Parts: sequence; C-alpha cells; structure tokens
Amino acid sequence: MSDDAAVTETEETEETEEAETEEATAEETVEEAPADPGVSVTINGAPVSAKPGELLIDAAERHGTYIPRFCYHPRMKPVGMCRMCLVEVDTGRGMSLQPSCMLPVSDGMVVETESPASKAAQDGVLEFLLINHPLDCPVCDKGGECPLQDQTMAYGPGESRFVEEKRHYEKPIPISETVYLDRERCILCDRCTRFAADVAGDALIHFQGRGSNTEVNTFPDHPFASYFSGNTVQICPVGALTAKPYRFKARPWDLEETNSTCTGCSVGCRITVQSSRDQVVRYQGVDIDPVNWGWLCDKGRFGFEALNSEDRLTDALTRNDNGDLVPVSWGNALGLAAAALRTARDSGRAENIAVIGGSRLTNEDAYAWTKFAKGILGTDNVDAQLGDGLDAEFLATLPRATIDEVCEPGGTVIWLGPDPREELPVLFLRMRHAVEEDKVKLIELSSAPTSLSTLASASVAYRPGEAAAVAQAIVTGDAAGAIDPTALESIRATIGDGPVRIVVGRPDQAESARSIEAAAFALSSLPGASFLPVLRRANVNGAIDMGLSPGRLPGRTSLEAGRANLDSTWTMTPGTPGKGTYEILLDAAFGKIDVLILLGADPAIDFGDKSLAIEALNGARTVIALDQFLTPSASLADVVLPVAGFAETTGTTTNIEGRVSALDQKVNAPGTARSDWMVAAELALRLGADLGLESVDQITDEIARVAPTHAGITAEAVKSANDGILTGTATGPIVAPAADEPTGDAGEFRILVRRTLYDYGTLVSQCPASAPLASTGSFVLSPADGERLGVTSGDTVTVTSAKGPLAGPVQIDDGITPGTILSWFNVAGTDGSYLIDVDGDYTAVSVEAGGDA
Amino acid sequence: MARLSEENVARAHEMIARYPVPKSALIPLLHVAQEQDGYVANDAMEHIAELVGVTAAEVVGTCTFYEMFKRHPVGTYVLNICTNIACQLLGGEELLAHAEERLGIRAGATTDDKMFTIEDVECIAACTEAPCLQVNYRYYGRIDPDRLDQMIEELRAGTGIAAEIPVHGTLAQTLQHLPEGQGDDIIHPDLITEAPVWFRSDEPEEATTGGAA
Ligand code: SF4
Ligand code: SF4
Ligand code: FES
Ligand code: FES
Repeated sequence: MSDDAAVTETEETEETEEAETEEATAEETVEEAPADPGVSVTINGAPVSAKPGELLIDAAERHGTYIPRFCYHPRMKPVGMCRMCLVEVDTGRGMSLQPSCMLPVSDGMVVETESPASKAAQDGVLEFLLINHPLDCPVCDKGGECPLQDQTMAYGPGESRFVEEKRHYEKPIPISETVYLDRERCILCDRCTRFAADVAGDALIHFQGRGSNTEVNTFPDHPFASYFSGNTVQICPVGALTAKPYRFKARPWDLEETNSTCTGCSVGCRITVQSSRDQVVRYQGVDIDPVNWGWLCDKGRFGFEALNSEDRLTDALTRNDNGDLVPVSWGNALGLAAAALRTARDSGRAENIAVIGGSRLTNEDAYAWTKFAKGILGTDNVDAQLGDGLDAEFLATLPRATIDEVCEPGGTVIWLGPDPREELPVLFLRMRHAVEEDKVKLIELSSAPTSLSTLASASVAYRPGEAAAVAQAIVTGDAAGAIDPTALESIRATIGDGPVRIVVGRPDQAESARSIEAAAFALSSLPGASFLPVLRRANVNGAIDMGLSPGRLPGRTSLEAGRANLDSTWTMTPGTPGKGTYEILLDAAFGKIDVLILLGADPAIDFGDKSLAIEALNGARTVIALDQFLTPSASLADVVLPVAGFAETTGTTTNIEGRVSALDQKVNAPGTARSDWMVAAELALRLGADLGLESVDQITDEIARVAPTHAGITAEAVKSANDGILTGTATGPIVAPAADEPTGDAGEFRILVRRTLYDYGTLVSQCPASAPLASTGSFVLSPADGERLGVTSGDTVTVTSAKGPLAGPVQIDDGITPGTILSWFNVAGTDGSYLIDVDGDYTAVSVEAGGDA
Repeated sequence: MARLSEENVARAHEMIARYPVPKSALIPLLHVAQEQDGYVANDAMEHIAELVGVTAAEVVGTCTFYEMFKRHPVGTYVLNICTNIACQLLGGEELLAHAEERLGIRAGATTDDKMFTIEDVECIAACTEAPCLQVNYRYYGRIDPDRLDQMIEELRAGTGIAAEIPVHGTLAQTLQHLPEGQGDDIIHPDLITEAPVWFRSDEPEEATTGGAA
C-alpha cells in the first residue's frame, strides 16, 4: 500500500506514469463496472469472483464464507497478528496455510477454509490463545458478545491441555478516565494500538515487553487521553478493554437495541442504542460508508449518561408567588404559555414573539415549531443558530460536497472552519485518513494551529477577521500582502484546475460569520468549487432546512420561494424576514419582546455575549423554555417544559452534508417529559388553531411533500436507509455577503475564542464519563509576545476587550502568530467568551502581565 | 531519572540527522540514555519522544522489546548466566546457583553495593562454550564456580578482566559517532521511486535496482 505513495509523488519517469494510469484504470473498473468478472477464486469448491486487490478474508465473507479472525478489522490495515484466519490456499505451488487477512486474492487461487488442515490450524491457534487467557467469562463484560468465546465454541478445542500456571497481571488498571485494561484477557491482537496510532493519531497505548510478557499499556503517568478511546473498547475482541460507563451494567442478552444517529454534534455518526430495563446503557458505532466507518468520539459515545442524569427535568415548572420555579401540571404550564402567546398575537404584535434554538430538535420537531411560529403565531423572529453559525440564505445557495467527496482520494481540500477534532470529531478521523492514506491535499486557512495543521500541505495563518483577503489572494494569485508569495504560489499549484472542496464553518467565536462568508464567497470562484458547510450543533442543519431561521421556510427556501409550496398546508406565512438571535436578544434586553421561546437553547451560556443574553432573558416579558435540564437560561424562564431527549423520541436528523437519517426511540422519557413537536401542537390547539400534525411519521411525510429539498424522504424511505438519504441541493447563484472592510476596535491583539470538545455544555457536565475531562481554559500567546510582556507558561495575564478585563493563566506556543491571543469558549476556568465583542468582525484586546485569575 | 544532558542532546541531534525518518534513531538514543544514567529513565524516554516526534508510549514500546535496555538501575556489572539446554547440561544452573550464593542475591537482583546484577538468561548463542555467561555482554566460556569466584574478585578489585569490561551502559558508545562523510547516502523512503528488488528475477529488465528520484 505504501507503494502507492511513492507512485503518486512522482511524475518524472515514463515508467511511473504508466503505473499510475494502470492503477487508475484498475480502480475505475472496481467502482464503475461492478459487473466486471474481476479475479476468479475458488473457495471451498465454489468459483467466486473477487475484486482485484481485495483481501481473501473479505472476498470469502462477501461470498458467504466467514473466516474466523481476531486482529483483522476492515477499517484498518491488516497485520496478521493472531493467525486465527489461517486457511489452506493454493496459488499454484500446492496447498499451504496462509493468513487470509494478509493475502490479496489472485486469479486461479484455490482456497479451503474447512479442510482438516485449516481446521487444525484454527483449533491450534485457539488453544495457544487460551493458554494465558484467564477464562473469567462469568465476571467479564464481554461474555455473551465475545469473539474469543464465540470462536472457541465454533472452531476451538473442547479442552485445554495447559496445566501450568497462567500469566498474572493486576486486574483491570485504568488507562484513562474512561477506559480500563485487563492485561490477562488481552490476546495481543494489536487492534486497539493500531486504532490509536493509525486511525486516531494518538499513539498513547503501545505494546510493551516481548514474547509471552508482551502487554498493552500506556507510558507511566501518560493516560490514554484520546477523544476516541471508546472505539478501542468496541473493537477489542475480548474483554480486555472496558469502558467505565458500561462496566457491569448489563449482559448482552439483556440488551434491547435499535439503530439511530448520534446527535452529539452534526457529523451524524450512525449508532446502535442499547438499553436494559428502560435505561440506555451503551452506544456502539455502526459502520456506514459515507459517514463514520464505525467510529465514534467519546463525547458522543458516552453522551447517553446525560440522558440518565438525576438532573433531568421531569415536571413542568412555573413561578409561584415568591417567584420560585415550582412543579405544576402540564395543563397549567401550557395554559400560562398559551395565554402569553395569545395576548401578544391578539394585540397585533406577533413580531414581539421570538423563538431561539432548535438545533437539539429532530427535523419533525423543528418543522412543527416552524409551522407553529411562522404559520400560526405569525412571527419570523425565529433562529436556530446562536450567532455561531453562518447565514442560512448563504448556506442554502452553496454548491454542496459530501464528506466522501471532500475525502475523495487524491483531491484537494481547503479548510476554513473549526478545529474538527474539537468540534466534529469523527470528521477529523475521516480527514486524517484522507490525508494520510488517500493522499488528499489539505490547505488550511486558520488563525492558530489546529489538529489539521500537521496534516496540511499548507497552513496559512491569517489575522482574525481577515480570511477574505487570503481567500482573494488564492483566487487571484496576487498576494497583496495577505500571504507569503511563495506559499501562495505553491497553494495555487496544488489547486491547479480543481476541483477543490471547501470546508467552511466558524473557526472561532470572536470572528464574525460575515468575514468567513466573504472568504468562502471569494473561494467559490475557484475551479470546480463545492462546499461542505460545517455548522457544528447537533441538528442545526436540519433545523435551518425546516425553516427555523429568519426569512426561511422548509426546504432551504426563502419566504418568497417557499410560500407556494406551503399554500395548501399552512394557514399563513410571514410577510417579511424577521430577526436573528442577536437582534432578538437586543430587542428583549430593551423590553421589546413579549414572549421569548427557548427551544433547547441556552443563550446565557452559549451565546457569544453572555451578559446580553442574561439581560435579554430578564427583559423579555414571558420566557418559555423547552429543555431537558434546568440550564442557566431555563432557570430564568417563567415557564419550563420538560422535553424528551435522544433515544426517547423518534424522528429524523440531518447532518453537515444534508444527510437525513432516522432516529429511533429506545426508552421512555423521564417523568412527564414529551417531544417538542407535541408541545407545539398542543399550544396551537390552545390558541384555537390546528397544526394538523398527529404523529412523527406523518410529519416526516408532510416535510417530504412541502420541502422541495426533501422530496422522497418519507418516513418509510428514511427508516429503511441505514446510510440516510441526501437532501436535494440548492440552485441559483451564491448570495454575496456584504463586501465591507473588516470592522472591529483598534487594539494590539486580536483574540481567538475557540471551542473545545469537553466544554461546559450539558452533554459534558451531565455525563460522569466526560465531566472530569472538562477543559479549564487558558490564554495562549506567541513566544515573541510572551517575551515582550515578560510572561512564560503558567504566569497570569489580564486580557481586556471592550467587554472588560479577564485574567487567567497563559501558555506560550510557537504556533501562535504574534499579535493574536488564543482562548477557549465556554470553559469552566478562563472563559474567553466573556471578551467577545459580537458587533465587530473580530475582537481587539490588550494584554498585560499579571492580574488576579 | 533525568532527561538527556545538554551534551547528549547535541549527540542526539547528530544521530537523528543521520536518518531520513527521525524515529529511526530511537534505538541509538535509548543507548545514549542508558549510558547517561546506567539505565533508561522515564524522563529520558519522554525527552527522546520529544526529540524524534513520537509519543512516550512508542518509546517505551521499543525500549521494553529489548532486554538489554534496563528500565531500572542495575549494577556496574551485569552477569548474564545461561541456563538454556546446552549450558544446563554442562552445569549452567549450578553456576547460577553458585553466583546467587556467592553474591547473596537472586537472579534479577542487584547487590547492595550496586556492583553486580545477576540475570538468568536463555541461550546466548555460545553453546560450544557451555556453560557460559556474559559480563556486560562480553562473553566468557567454560566457566566453573571457581573461575566465577575469581572473576567476581577481579571485578571488585578492578584487576584482571576488569580491564577488558567497560561498565554497564557503555556498550554502544563506539557506534555513536560517525566520522564526517562516512554516512551512506540517505534517501527518504518517500523519495524512493522504484520498487525494491526482493530477489533476482530471470525475466528481462522489468524490475531494476532501487534508487532515488
Ligand atoms: S487490549 Fe484488546 S484490542 Fe488491544 S491488543 Fe489486547 S485484545 Fe487486542
Ligand atoms: S462525531 Fe459527533 S456525531 Fe459522531 S459520535 Fe461524536 S458527537 Fe456523535
Ligand atoms: S485475522 Fe488474520 S492474522 Fe489475525
Ligand atoms: S545454551 Fe547457553 S549459550 Fe546456548
């Protein structure tokens, strides 16, 4: 495989060029003409046709012959560690035992997987593997779903001849906050270690020792602190690796399960939700080709713990005479909410009703709420984004690329978005694979280093707020002082005639959406440009598609264009575009909002300007919050309605690519919590209207009918499509953002406020597996600035923006460009979000040594 | 115990530069660490990891694969006494028992004065000289208990064989400096354009010898 690398690197000799063409043709044959007879192989007497280059173990499996294995994993390079897959193979030189996971098929190959010799090999390998295995199945979490158990039953010797003392190790040792390792059970298959090194790029566990003393372990006091550690637990073929949240929770035969899609972020990884006694106890990754390849990130994988949190809301809450939130019946709470809404609407001030949030919702919930807000209340002041995304109209007009297209072997990608390892973890794994294995050329535009920087063939550091200038330079070839001319030349050479895929999102919260949109707009004139917009929140993409955005209607349409689709189904649509979250909050803070509805949104924590958000929540006359927890925002509300969470409701969700996939219910929501769409339907009834929505499936079908992008995505279709279904793409010219010069205060430094995976959100704080990992934040400065200010790592600095001063510890990192300072959004300690000036395109700050952190 | 000294860091850089891929210098660097502290200290491994751009777990993985890298302090002299079949038949086990008795320690342990460590080892490929042992990896064959006593005394006194045995950890020293211009032409693996020749092919001129771009 590594030979490919050598081949693609050179274009010099004729010989290599030939090789390249040959290879390309071979690949095309596989992909485009599956009818091609391929390589013919005889497996157990039956002729089968295999794909050129396919491994024997895979070819056999595709044709119904399962060869037992431990170390082989289809998403990782084979290593031939365990020898369980030995089968008799004749390639013209007589039968011999060969590991089928290491052997590519060849024409005329004859394979016997059940011959006496093959069986003897399997039996022998198992006997060896069991020599040191503790056989403590009765107390092992893997028991009942253990490949070692299963394959011993199917292929192994009935008895052991080993009477000597087995190898002993201390029983499970924690190798990270979440993962335990039992070295006695380990069969040294190298899956976990290969995953850590090759897939995640976190080689923090490794084989140590030699021979029968080999063990997997970490370096002393360097825990296996990988965002992806849970995957090793899933792929370990024995019970050697277990994860704290599931240890001794259930037995496989007690589990009920259903397939769903993780909504921890917007990548949309497919998962199996497993429950026992009406409690979710585990998520396992499901391998779907277009998205997650079976991998999950730990935040997503262990996120189910938040569902089971003691702090879940179980009752509706309203204020008593003392102003405290107290449990009341749903009838009372809905009555109060409806009364407030009716007053606002009937006095002709529908625009004084505003709705913020919706990214936590399913598509069906979002549709119901759009229909309620826009079609019944008559307000367009509705926004699912908390000022941290991109303009919905701009997004709707971008020509789209899928994850697979971005990762297409040999392609070129420009990354102008968040650090994927922090915000879209499994997308990072796909990008890493694309660059390392599939030779994708990655050009990163970023104000500070990210997890992609070491993978990128070019990393261009731009000053926060000035991405557009760099983008312009890349398009025109005129460096114009925005970029180093030599770097520019090589970037332009890399891009060549395209096509180029552009990943666009918000790299950091202190840099405005407009400046990123301007850069993306400039890049759109590159040859063959298409975009993967990466808005990070769970189902924010679906919520926008459903019209939970000012000026938008279901199907990624404007009010104008969408109206016609809805005529027969909706009673009305808003006349003119309403306001987004920032303006809504401003209005509310000035007392101009009668009713503010929060759909799972927590602006007091999540909006760039937290103090404005709190003023707004205090300023709005009635605040209605639909949430699973009494968040800081919900605790300022007048009516709090408990809603069902993930796995407690059915529906569909939409990922960054616009892929709609099914969510399934596995457990019951706690207490009286119910789905968000039901609340909308109920409130409509109380206002004397009817949403006409009675079940989730019916809503899915209504969406398929009224949203042009969702044509054909019916409940039935989406449930039977494990890979999900891509929505239709937009047409029409890309909307150009205002081409103003970047605005912001003058100041010596510009601050970056980035998100980190383990921030202070509910998914982390309510999840025992993740909470201890929560980041505490700090400031990061360049060595030059550190020296000038006379500070070194660990010292305290005070950073002051127009919002005020904030003191915190500083780190020095030579990746930071002088004149910028990096900080983290919504973290428990030094929370850089307090400095953000949401008015400008960037936030200028001054930095001084010292201060009280 | 310690990270690499300044002098050793300079040496490390010289060594790393000798390889197209920095990671390839891992083993020689582990020798440097062992030479510095008498064993491979955790801090030194972390330092090496930083120098070659891998994780400390990868360094310890390499380190522990090789018996000759010690992760704990050992004596000035490490006695490796073979008890594998040929040696066993000719008194290897008795020799080991004698050494244990004489030094008052079990195999695997180090004397209080930090002079000697005894190791019970498998065949060291000198069966014709059985029973045999190594002192700091220098071979001594056909050893009987008396000869062993004598060797121990000489080592203690700094006489006799002490002259020919460098102290533990200095075995690889000689390999650590390459005179200028003695390095082979180093080609980064990614720059090798042609397939390597695994074995001579009788077919006409398909595969040629490997070379650089
Ligand atoms: S811990 Fe599990 S996955 Fe890792 S090597 Fe051992 S058996 Fe394989
Ligand atoms: S990457 Fe996102 S969708 Fe995938 S497991 Fe993690 S949180 Fe869930
Ligand atoms: S599966 Fe082939 S050697 Fe392990
Ligand atoms: S058995 Fe001792 S050297 Fe071979």
